[in-house]
Amino acid sequence: MSSADPPIIAGPNTDLAAPKSALWTSIYTLAVREVTRFLRQRSRLVGAIGQPLVFWILFGAGLAGSFAMPGADAENGLSFQEYFLPGIAVLIVLFTSIFSSISVIQDRNEGFMQGVLVAPVPRSSIVLGKVLGGTALALFQAMLFLLLAPLLQFVHLAPQMEFNYPVLVILKALFFLFWISLGLTALGYLFAWKIDSVQGYHGVMSIVLLPMWLLSGAFFPGSGSTWMTWVMRANPLTYGVAGLRKTLVADPQRLPEFPPEWLCYVVTIGFALVCLFVDVWMTRRDPAVAS
Amino acid sequence: MTAVSVQELEFRYGERVALNNVSFQIPSGEIFGVLGPNGGGKSTLFRVLSTLLPIQGGNAEVMGLDVKQRADAVRRAIGVTFQSPSLDLKLTVIENLKVQGHLYGLFGRTLRERCGVVMEQLGIVDRAGDLAERLSGGLKRRVEIAKCLLHSPQVLLMDEPSTGLDPGARYDLWQILFKLRKESNVTILITTHLMEEADLCDRLCILDEGNLIAEGPPDELRNLVGGDSLLIEGQNLPELSKDLEAELTLEVQQVGGSLRIEHQDGHQLLSQIATRYAGRFTRLTLGKPSLEDVFIKLTGRTLDAGETE
Repeated sequence: MSSADPPIIAGPNTDLAAPKSALWTSIYTLAVREVTRFLRQRSRLVGAIGQPLVFWILFGAGLAGSFAMPGADAENGLSFQEYFLPGIAVLIVLFTSIFSSISVIQDRNEGFMQGVLVAPVPRSSIVLGKVLGGTALALFQAMLFLLLAPLLQFVHLAPQMEFNYPVLVILKALFFLFWISLGLTALGYLFAWKIDSVQGYHGVMSIVLLPMWLLSGAFFPGSGSTWMTWVMRANPLTYGVAGLRKTLVADPQRLPEFPPEWLCYVVTIGFALVCLFVDVWMTRRDPAVAS
Repeated sequence: MTAVSVQELEFRYGERVALNNVSFQIPSGEIFGVLGPNGGGKSTLFRVLSTLLPIQGGNAEVMGLDVKQRADAVRRAIGVTFQSPSLDLKLTVIENLKVQGHLYGLFGRTLRERCGVVMEQLGIVDRAGDLAERLSGGLKRRVEIAKCLLHSPQVLLMDEPSTGLDPGARYDLWQILFKLRKESNVTILITTHLMEEADLCDRLCILDEGNLIAEGPPDELRNLVGGDSLLIEGQNLPELSKDLEAELTLEVQQVGGSLRIEHQDGHQLLSQIATRYAGRFTRLTLGKPSLEDVFIKLTGRTLDAGETE
């Protein structure tokens, strides 16, 4: 439609309001805003990374003797904490994405969102700015955890495990974490757009998002029960967790074969793109927002 | 040149009619007030003009641009301030302005220059680095206005801009608006439920229950109420009202806790009532009709009592 726009009728300084596409500047600025806000609220960092870290240490120590990786013999098998490591990284991603979805609700209730909605920005940039900002935060925190947590073995808070990752492994882990973060943040946005209170969002969190994480193979393999195996196979997050785990564990013999690596890529990327697409579609369709 | 033109605008929330056949025009460079009780349709009108609500019936144009067809072009032409400030409280003043500039496609040097200009205009240069949450209500409002001026809009839409401001800050706000009108020739549409504020507008319209019941300059509207306005307060007013109507053949309106009489020769009537009914009232006031009187005359209610939300 912009090509058909005649210039705005002369007024004060109209040249400044020239109808350039604000797509990129607005995605950039909304994403940067997410990060700035995050850095000014230290409690969010503690909430998003502290709790998962404590979980990892406590569950790791508590379940150390009773966990056995299916299909692997005892001495070759993964310790629980090693198994749980990518799961906790994904939990950090999940918490961060929940925080940034809650900020969608706050933005709307506090009035900031109104200011964005009356600006001539493509509605897709509102989604992309919000989701990419949240993704950057999730990615950064999860990666920080993956690099630092294994060092806890030197203070005996974790069993012996690999910690000196080759560059290629780090890059691959970043790649997976990026798509997992994008998918979960986009999924969070989807719920947040429809829910008008933070309290309501807690409901979604406890009956949708946390079970989704529990049933992704992040916490337990779940291969002892047939129905659970199928539920887990139907869960898109399973493939992200499995892909990340395959990236971090050097020896493929120590992990179950399913799901194959290619499937991890396809489902993880596909899920993120579908969620993002639905977000844009939903935001555009909102009558209060329609452009 | 017409800055804002609204024709036969209709809006309903389900069954409830929020705007019913509302039409008016605002010439360029005017401060136009939309006065009415809460729930009278002001906010709906504001949201329709600022492209936040779809047009259901009728037409609206801003700077000759159809709001329905050309929402994006309209968004570039308008600057909007909301009743609840749209500042990000966790960002500083300058950061808030930069985010806003980016949303309008401004960046780099142009943006820096514009930020400087609007901060100068609103006298907030020395607060640039302060977090928005640390500012007083009046300052927040100024930053809000600076924000909406960044892209040099031709029309400002302001929803109850004096909400939460003390009288001093409210005075400042209006000085800023007058200055803007003078220096930048912007058109300002302002919604309010405060009479003192409506009085400062060049022209205004009164919205009640979705209907536009009057439109014109404040003085002209006051002329709708002939002559003077007498206000009587006291105990046992219904009886006094009856006596006044019967004995002096006056038309008496009972509004809230007082009686109201419109009369050509207020001062004569005043002395007449004061001598004849001495002791039956606690207070007797004579004044030129206010906009409140206009509203009461047109609706039979006070502005405060008209709340439906």
